Amino acid sequence: MSASAKPIANTRSVTGIPTARLITWWVIASEIVIFGGLLASYIMHRIAHPEWAESASHTLTWAGAVNTFVLLTSSLCAVLAHKAADAHDGPKAAKLLRLTSLGGLIFLCIKGYEWTLDIREGFVISSGGFWSFYYTLAGLHGLHVLAGMIIMLVVAADAAKNEELQRVECIGLYWHFVDIVWIFLFPLLYIAR
Amino acid sequence: MTTEAHVQHPNYVKIWAILVGLLIVSVLGSMSHIREVVLIAAFGVALVKAYLVAKNFMHVNVEKRWVSYLLIICLLFIAILFAGVAPDVMKHGGLHWTKNPVDQSAQPGVGAAPKNE
Repeated sequence: MSASAKPIANTRSVTGIPTARLITWWVIASEIVIFGGLLASYIMHRIAHPEWAESASHTLTWAGAVNTFVLLTSSLCAVLAHKAADAHDGPKAAKLLRLTSLGGLIFLCIKGYEWTLDIREGFVISSGGFWSFYYTLAGLHGLHVLAGMIIMLVVAADAAKNEELQRVECIGLYWHFVDIVWIFLFPLLYIAR
Repeated sequence: MTTEAHVQHPNYVKIWAILVGLLIVSVLGSMSHIREVVLIAAFGVALVKAYLVAKNFMHVNVEKRWVSYLLIICLLFIAILFAGVAPDVMKHGGLHWTKNPVDQSAQPGVGAAPKNE
């Protein structure tokens, strides 16, 4: 492909950052406000309602810990995919991105198991303030995991053909952000009692 | 097609091992009966983990400086939100105001406009 035919996302860099990566940072900035607002609301309500500790004691710490391990490992795969893409090794990057997606799938399965147990015990989104925040925060985060998995599989399909390798870093940045959100959700929902 | 690499890739497996070690510390700390230990193990360790991911996996430290400024400004917005709303949520009264209990205001007729007889 000639230089003039390259897509704008890969070549224009008025800010010194390629446009694709620039957009990813803007997405992450807006996500900080979304998740930050929710987390700040949860923290202030949690401090105002010490009795929520009883509700929080029903969450499964081991499930949260295993999910943290799964997301950290999937983040490792994502950053190794970025390294492979920088080395122009598209097939290896694609393989690592698919492993990252698999991590997301395992995360969602554990989350689904956990929610099933919670709901069977009668803890639903309308069971109280704590449970409203619990399902909203974890549910919104889960949707981000699902979206990341789908985008990652699309990026992996191109990367396997050594095409659009710059996207590997962008989806990796998004995935690491989703990981960081969970790093804060874990102590807030599973440890602080 | 790819862009030129803009980062030096560190030993990611080593960083991942540190992150997993910190996860174990936070889980073990949560078993303590001392409140301060639990809080440090939970939130102190979370801050360190988030820093390690942002620095080593997202490479924020080698990105253009204004990206860090952008992210910090977003965090400041959250701090402003917290400072503005928290007093209403966390306190039940202040210098010139009190917060009515929710059940009182929910009683039928309470707070309704008086009817013109």
